Amino acid sequence: MKTVVTLEKDRNTDFETRSLDTICVNESHLEHSWVHNLKYSLMGILFGIILVKAEVISWFRIQEMFRLQSFHMYGIIGSAVAVGALSVWLIRKFNIKTFYGEEITLHPKEFNKGQIWGGLFFGLGWAITGACPGPLFATIGSGATVIVVSLLSAIAGTWVYGKFRDKLPH
Amino acid sequence: MLELILKPWPWYVAGPLIGLIVPALLILGNKSFGISSSFRHVCAACVPSNIPFFKYDWKKERWNLFFVAGIMAGGFIAVNLLTASTTVTINSSLATSLHEKGITDFSGLVPADLFNWNSLFTLRGFIMMVVGGFLVGFGTRYAGGCTSGHAIMGLSTLQLPSLIATCCFMAGGFIMANLILPYILSL
Repeated sequence: MKTVVTLEKDRNTDFETRSLDTICVNESHLEHSWVHNLKYSLMGILFGIILVKAEVISWFRIQEMFRLQSFHMYGIIGSAVAVGALSVWLIRKFNIKTFYGEEITLHPKEFNKGQIWGGLFFGLGWAITGACPGPLFATIGSGATVIVVSLLSAIAGTWVYGKFRDKLPH
Repeated sequence: MLELILKPWPWYVAGPLIGLIVPALLILGNKSFGISSSFRHVCAACVPSNIPFFKYDWKKERWNLFFVAGIMAGGFIAVNLLTASTTVTINSSLATSLHEKGITDFSGLVPADLFNWNSLFTLRGFIMMVVGGFLVGFGTRYAGGCTSGHAIMGLSTLQLPSLIATCCFMAGGFIMANLILPYILSL
Protein backbone atom coordinates (compact mmCIF):
# COMPACT_ATOMS: atom_id res chain seq x y z
CA MET A 1 0.00 0.00 0.00
CA LYS A 2 2.74 2.33 0.98
CA THR A 3 4.57 1.66 -2.28
CA VAL A 4 1.45 2.50 -4.26
CA VAL A 5 1.13 5.81 -2.47
CA THR A 6 4.75 6.62 -3.19
CA LEU A 7 4.33 5.69 -6.84
CA GLU A 8 1.24 7.84 -7.11
CA LYS A 9 3.17 10.70 -5.61
CA ASP A 10 6.07 10.14 -7.97
CA ARG A 11 3.74 10.09 -10.89
CA ASN A 12 2.20 13.39 -9.84
CA THR A 13 5.59 14.91 -9.29
CA ASP A 14 6.45 13.84 -12.78
CA PHE A 15 3.57 15.99 -14.05
CA GLU A 16 5.41 18.99 -12.75
CA THR A 17 8.40 18.36 -14.94
CA ARG A 18 8.46 20.42 -18.04
CA SER A 19 8.56 17.36 -20.28
CA LEU A 20 4.77 17.03 -20.26
CA ASP A 21 4.22 20.69 -20.77
CA THR A 22 6.74 21.54 -23.37
CA ILE A 23 4.86 24.15 -25.25
CA CYS A 24 6.46 27.52 -25.31
CA VAL A 25 9.44 26.61 -23.19
CA ASN A 26 12.65 28.47 -23.40
CA GLU A 27 15.27 26.08 -24.74
CA SER A 28 18.07 28.56 -24.47
CA HIS A 29 20.51 28.13 -21.62
CA LEU A 30 22.09 31.50 -22.15
CA GLU A 31 21.57 34.26 -19.64
CA HIS A 32 20.94 37.73 -20.95
CA SER A 33 19.99 41.06 -19.49
CA TRP A 34 16.28 41.85 -19.84
CA VAL A 35 17.00 44.24 -22.71
CA HIS A 36 17.49 41.21 -24.96
CA ASN A 37 13.84 40.36 -24.39
CA LEU A 38 12.75 43.48 -26.24
CA LYS A 39 13.26 41.68 -29.52
CA TYR A 40 10.41 39.36 -28.50
CA SER A 41 8.25 42.40 -27.82
CA LEU A 42 9.00 43.50 -31.35
CA MET A 43 7.91 40.07 -32.65
CA GLY A 44 4.79 40.39 -30.50
CA ILE A 45 4.01 43.79 -32.02
CA LEU A 46 4.25 42.29 -35.52
CA PHE A 47 2.05 39.35 -34.50
CA GLY A 48 -0.50 41.69 -32.90
CA ILE A 49 -0.65 43.82 -36.04
CA ILE A 50 -1.21 40.73 -38.21
CA LEU A 51 -3.97 39.45 -35.88
CA VAL A 52 -5.84 42.74 -36.17
CA LYS A 53 -5.20 43.39 -39.86
CA ALA A 54 -6.33 39.91 -40.90
CA GLU A 55 -9.38 40.19 -38.61
CA VAL A 56 -8.31 37.09 -36.65
CA ILE A 57 -9.38 38.92 -33.49
CA SER A 58 -12.86 39.42 -34.92
CA TRP A 59 -15.54 37.48 -33.06
CA PHE A 60 -17.48 37.38 -36.34
CA ARG A 61 -14.63 35.67 -38.24
CA ILE A 62 -14.41 32.98 -35.55
CA GLN A 63 -18.16 32.35 -35.76
CA GLU A 64 -17.87 32.04 -39.55
CA MET A 65 -15.08 29.51 -39.11
CA PHE A 66 -17.06 27.30 -36.74
CA ARG A 67 -20.17 27.56 -38.91
CA LEU A 68 -18.21 26.77 -42.08
CA GLN A 69 -19.33 30.06 -43.59
CA SER A 70 -15.91 31.34 -44.61
CA PHE A 71 -12.56 29.98 -45.73
CA HIS A 72 -10.63 32.91 -44.24
CA MET A 73 -9.52 31.39 -40.90
CA TYR A 74 -8.79 27.99 -42.45
CA GLY A 75 -6.62 29.72 -45.03
CA ILE A 76 -4.71 31.60 -42.33
CA ILE A 77 -4.07 28.62 -40.05
CA GLY A 78 -3.35 26.29 -42.98
CA SER A 79 -0.86 28.58 -44.69
CA ALA A 80 0.77 29.46 -41.34
CA VAL A 81 1.34 25.75 -40.66
CA ALA A 82 2.67 25.19 -44.18
CA VAL A 83 5.19 28.04 -43.90
CA GLY A 84 6.08 27.06 -40.31
CA ALA A 85 6.66 23.42 -41.28
CA LEU A 86 8.78 24.37 -44.28
CA SER A 87 10.86 26.71 -42.11
CA VAL A 88 11.42 24.07 -39.44
CA TRP A 89 12.40 21.56 -42.15
CA LEU A 90 14.93 24.05 -43.55
CA ILE A 91 16.32 24.77 -40.06
CA ARG A 92 16.86 21.04 -39.52
CA LYS A 93 18.17 20.34 -43.00
CA PHE A 94 20.80 23.10 -42.93
CA ASN A 95 21.36 22.85 -39.17
CA ILE A 96 20.69 26.54 -38.75
CA LYS A 97 21.83 27.93 -35.39
CA THR A 98 20.31 30.67 -33.28
CA PHE A 99 21.42 34.24 -33.40
CA TYR A 100 23.71 33.44 -30.45
CA GLY A 101 25.17 30.33 -32.12
CA GLU A 102 23.18 27.82 -30.07
CA GLU A 103 21.80 24.59 -31.50
CA ILE A 104 18.04 24.92 -32.16
CA THR A 105 16.15 22.46 -29.96
CA LEU A 106 12.64 21.20 -30.58
CA HIS A 107 10.99 19.34 -27.75
CA PRO A 108 8.80 16.39 -28.75
CA LYS A 109 5.38 16.58 -27.11
CA GLU A 110 4.02 13.52 -25.39
CA PHE A 111 0.43 12.42 -25.71
CA ASN A 112 -1.82 12.56 -22.67
CA LYS A 113 -5.60 12.70 -22.32
CA GLY A 114 -5.34 16.38 -21.42
CA GLN A 115 -4.97 17.17 -25.10
CA ILE A 116 -8.44 15.72 -25.64
CA TRP A 117 -10.30 17.05 -22.58
CA GLY A 118 -8.43 20.33 -22.41
CA GLY A 119 -8.75 20.74 -26.17
CA LEU A 120 -12.53 20.38 -25.99
CA PHE A 121 -12.81 22.86 -23.10
CA PHE A 122 -10.65 25.36 -24.93
CA GLY A 123 -12.69 24.90 -28.13
CA LEU A 124 -15.90 25.71 -26.23
CA GLY A 125 -14.31 28.85 -24.80
CA TRP A 126 -12.81 29.88 -28.14
CA ALA A 127 -16.23 29.86 -29.83
CA ILE A 128 -17.83 31.87 -26.99
CA THR A 129 -15.22 34.61 -26.64
CA GLY A 130 -14.16 34.51 -30.30
CA ALA A 131 -10.59 34.72 -29.07
CA CYS A 132 -7.79 32.31 -28.39
CA PRO A 133 -5.02 33.56 -26.08
CA GLY A 134 -3.08 35.64 -28.66
CA PRO A 135 -6.15 37.54 -29.84
CA LEU A 136 -7.19 38.17 -26.22
CA PHE A 137 -4.10 40.35 -25.82
CA ALA A 138 -4.49 42.00 -29.23
CA THR A 139 -8.19 42.71 -28.61
CA ILE A 140 -7.40 44.56 -25.39
CA GLY A 141 -4.76 46.57 -27.24
CA SER A 142 -7.27 47.37 -29.98
CA GLY A 143 -9.38 49.20 -27.43
CA ALA A 144 -11.95 46.65 -26.20
CA THR A 145 -11.05 47.23 -22.56
CA VAL A 146 -13.71 44.90 -21.18
CA ILE A 147 -11.73 41.95 -22.57
CA VAL A 148 -9.34 42.54 -19.64
CA VAL A 149 -12.01 40.70 -17.65
CA SER A 150 -11.79 37.71 -20.03
CA LEU A 151 -8.00 37.76 -19.75
CA LEU A 152 -8.12 37.76 -15.94
CA SER A 153 -10.68 34.97 -16.11
CA ALA A 154 -8.37 32.99 -18.40
CA ILE A 155 -5.53 33.42 -15.90
CA ALA A 156 -7.93 32.25 -13.17
CA GLY A 157 -8.79 29.22 -15.34
CA THR A 158 -5.11 28.36 -15.65
CA TRP A 159 -4.72 28.69 -11.87
CA VAL A 160 -7.70 26.39 -11.23
CA TYR A 161 -6.18 23.85 -13.61
CA GLY A 162 -2.87 24.02 -11.73
CA LYS A 163 -4.66 23.62 -8.41
CA PHE A 164 -6.61 20.50 -9.44
CA ARG A 165 -4.13 19.11 -11.95
CA ASP A 166 -3.45 15.84 -10.11
CA LYS A 167 -7.18 15.11 -9.84
CA LEU A 168 -7.87 15.51 -13.57
CA PRO A 169 -7.50 12.66 -16.08
CA HIS A 170 -4.24 12.83 -18.01
CA MET B 1 1.07 50.44 -50.88
CA LEU B 2 -0.24 52.35 -47.84
CA GLU B 3 -3.76 51.85 -49.12
CA LEU B 4 -3.18 48.09 -49.24
CA ILE B 5 -1.90 48.10 -45.65
CA LEU B 6 -4.91 50.07 -44.43
CA LYS B 7 -7.35 47.54 -45.92
CA PRO B 8 -7.96 44.15 -44.24
CA TRP B 9 -5.19 41.71 -45.14
CA PRO B 10 -6.15 38.56 -47.07
CA TRP B 11 -5.44 35.13 -45.56
CA TYR B 12 -2.62 34.37 -48.02
CA VAL B 13 -0.68 37.37 -46.69
CA ALA B 14 -1.46 36.99 -42.98
CA GLY B 15 -1.10 33.18 -42.77
CA PRO B 16 2.46 32.95 -44.17
CA LEU B 17 3.53 35.95 -42.03
CA ILE B 18 2.25 34.17 -38.91
CA GLY B 19 4.08 31.02 -40.06
CA LEU B 20 7.34 33.00 -40.24
CA ILE B 21 7.08 33.82 -36.53
CA VAL B 22 7.94 30.15 -35.85
CA PRO B 23 11.49 30.26 -37.36
CA ALA B 24 11.97 33.87 -36.23
CA LEU B 25 11.52 32.97 -32.54
CA LEU B 26 13.69 29.86 -32.92
CA ILE B 27 16.50 31.79 -34.57
CA LEU B 28 16.25 34.83 -32.27
CA GLY B 29 16.79 32.71 -29.18
CA ASN B 30 15.56 29.10 -29.34
CA LYS B 31 12.03 30.00 -28.28
CA SER B 32 8.99 27.89 -29.17
CA PHE B 33 6.01 29.89 -30.40
CA GLY B 34 3.20 29.89 -27.85
CA ILE B 35 0.95 32.27 -25.99
CA SER B 36 -1.10 30.42 -23.39
CA SER B 37 1.99 29.71 -21.25
CA SER B 38 1.97 33.41 -20.41
CA PHE B 39 -1.11 32.77 -18.21
CA ARG B 40 0.87 30.16 -16.31
CA HIS B 41 3.82 32.52 -15.87
CA VAL B 42 1.48 35.19 -14.48
CA CYS B 43 0.11 32.63 -12.00
CA ALA B 44 3.65 31.57 -11.07
CA ALA B 45 4.72 35.19 -10.60
CA CYS B 46 1.66 36.53 -8.78
CA VAL B 47 -0.34 33.73 -7.10
CA PRO B 48 1.78 30.56 -6.91
CA SER B 49 -0.06 29.63 -3.65
CA ASN B 50 2.40 26.81 -3.05
CA ILE B 51 0.92 24.83 -5.96
CA PRO B 52 3.67 22.62 -7.48
CA PHE B 53 2.53 23.45 -11.03
CA PHE B 54 3.37 27.10 -10.41
CA LYS B 55 6.63 26.55 -8.57
CA TYR B 56 9.25 26.96 -11.25
CA ASP B 57 11.63 29.66 -12.36
CA TRP B 58 9.17 31.81 -14.30
CA LYS B 59 11.80 34.51 -14.74
CA LYS B 60 13.58 32.18 -17.15
CA GLU B 61 10.44 32.30 -19.31
CA ARG B 62 9.88 36.04 -19.07
CA TRP B 63 10.59 36.44 -22.77
CA ASN B 64 7.03 35.13 -23.19
CA LEU B 65 5.63 38.02 -21.14
CA PHE B 66 7.58 40.50 -23.28
CA PHE B 67 6.09 38.76 -26.32
CA VAL B 68 2.45 39.04 -25.16
CA ALA B 69 2.97 42.67 -24.07
CA GLY B 70 4.11 43.27 -27.65
CA ILE B 71 0.93 41.63 -28.98
CA MET B 72 -1.14 44.07 -26.95
CA ALA B 73 0.89 47.01 -28.29
CA GLY B 74 0.57 45.61 -31.82
CA GLY B 75 -3.21 45.54 -31.46
CA PHE B 76 -3.16 49.20 -30.45
CA ILE B 77 -0.87 50.22 -33.31
CA ALA B 78 -2.85 48.29 -35.92
CA VAL B 79 -6.21 49.79 -34.97
CA ASN B 80 -5.03 53.35 -34.41
CA LEU B 81 -2.43 53.78 -37.13
CA LEU B 82 -2.93 51.12 -39.76
CA THR B 83 -6.67 50.74 -40.16
CA ALA B 84 -9.11 52.74 -42.25
CA SER B 85 -12.29 50.97 -41.11
CA THR B 86 -12.88 48.10 -38.69
CA THR B 87 -16.23 47.10 -40.16
CA VAL B 88 -16.05 43.40 -40.92
CA THR B 89 -17.91 42.21 -43.99
CA ILE B 90 -19.59 39.10 -42.68
CA ASN B 91 -21.32 36.15 -44.23
CA SER B 92 -24.97 37.04 -44.92
CA SER B 93 -26.49 33.98 -43.24
CA LEU B 94 -24.42 34.68 -40.12
CA ALA B 95 -25.63 38.29 -40.23
CA THR B 96 -29.25 37.14 -40.48
CA SER B 97 -28.99 34.70 -37.59
CA LEU B 98 -27.22 37.29 -35.42
CA HIS B 99 -29.91 39.86 -36.28
CA GLU B 100 -32.50 37.48 -34.88
CA LYS B 101 -30.59 37.52 -31.58
CA GLY B 102 -30.51 41.31 -31.51
CA ILE B 103 -26.90 41.65 -32.58
CA THR B 104 -26.98 44.37 -35.18
CA ASP B 105 -23.75 46.32 -34.68
CA PHE B 106 -21.10 44.91 -37.03
CA SER B 107 -18.94 48.03 -36.94
CA GLY B 108 -16.19 46.71 -34.67
CA LEU B 109 -13.92 43.68 -34.59
CA VAL B 110 -15.66 42.76 -31.35
CA PRO B 111 -19.49 42.93 -31.35
CA ALA B 112 -20.32 45.92 -29.16
CA ASP B 113 -23.76 44.41 -28.45
CA LEU B 114 -22.18 41.47 -26.67
CA PHE B 115 -18.90 42.66 -25.19
CA ASN B 116 -19.19 45.83 -23.13
CA TRP B 117 -18.86 46.85 -19.48
CA ASN B 118 -22.63 47.24 -18.98
CA SER B 119 -23.51 43.74 -20.14
CA LEU B 120 -20.78 42.20 -17.97
CA PHE B 121 -23.29 41.92 -15.14
CA THR B 122 -26.04 40.29 -17.21
CA LEU B 123 -26.21 36.50 -17.43
CA ARG B 124 -25.38 36.51 -21.15
CA GLY B 125 -22.49 38.93 -20.71
CA PHE B 126 -21.11 36.99 -17.76
CA ILE B 127 -21.12 33.73 -19.75
CA MET B 128 -19.61 35.36 -22.84
CA MET B 129 -16.80 37.22 -21.10
CA VAL B 130 -16.09 35.50 -17.77
CA VAL B 131 -17.04 31.85 -18.40
CA GLY B 132 -15.65 32.00 -21.93
CA GLY B 133 -12.34 33.40 -20.73
CA PHE B 134 -12.15 30.84 -17.95
CA LEU B 135 -12.64 27.97 -20.43
CA VAL B 136 -9.88 29.40 -22.63
CA GLY B 137 -7.39 29.56 -19.75
CA PHE B 138 -8.38 26.24 -18.20
CA GLY B 139 -8.61 24.36 -21.49
CA THR B 140 -5.38 25.61 -23.03
CA ARG B 141 -3.31 24.70 -19.98
CA TYR B 142 -5.04 21.32 -19.63
CA ALA B 143 -4.30 20.68 -23.32
CA GLY B 144 -0.74 21.97 -22.92
CA GLY B 145 -1.09 24.74 -25.50
CA CYS B 146 -3.37 26.86 -27.62
CA THR B 147 -3.81 27.66 -31.28
CA SER B 148 -0.26 28.99 -31.54
CA GLY B 149 1.49 26.35 -29.41
CA HIS B 150 -0.38 23.31 -30.71
CA ALA B 151 -2.02 24.20 -34.03
CA ILE B 152 0.85 26.26 -35.46
CA MET B 153 4.06 25.36 -33.59
CA GLY B 154 3.04 21.74 -32.88
CA LEU B 155 1.79 20.96 -36.38
CA SER B 156 4.81 22.73 -37.93
CA THR B 157 7.05 20.28 -36.08
CA LEU B 158 4.78 17.35 -37.05
CA GLN B 159 3.69 16.38 -33.54
CA LEU B 160 0.82 13.90 -33.33
CA PRO B 161 -0.34 15.13 -29.87
CA SER B 162 -0.74 18.60 -31.37
CA LEU B 163 -2.86 17.23 -34.20
CA ILE B 164 -5.10 15.51 -31.64
CA ALA B 165 -5.33 18.72 -29.61
CA THR B 166 -6.12 20.82 -32.69
CA CYS B 167 -8.91 18.43 -33.73
CA CYS B 168 -10.37 18.72 -30.22
CA PHE B 169 -10.15 22.55 -30.31
CA MET B 170 -12.16 22.47 -33.53
CA ALA B 171 -14.65 19.89 -32.18
CA GLY B 172 -15.27 22.01 -29.08
CA GLY B 173 -15.69 25.11 -31.23
CA PHE B 174 -18.15 23.44 -33.60
CA ILE B 175 -20.23 22.13 -30.67
CA MET B 176 -20.33 25.53 -29.00
CA ALA B 177 -20.94 27.71 -32.07
CA ASN B 178 -23.64 25.51 -33.58
CA LEU B 179 -25.34 23.74 -30.68
CA ILE B 180 -24.89 25.79 -27.50
CA LEU B 181 -24.12 29.42 -28.42
CA PRO B 182 -27.53 30.06 -30.06
CA TYR B 183 -29.14 29.42 -26.64
CA ILE B 184 -26.61 31.65 -24.85
CA LEU B 185 -27.23 34.46 -27.34
CA SER B 186 -30.98 34.18 -26.70
CA LEU B 187 -30.55 34.82 -22.95
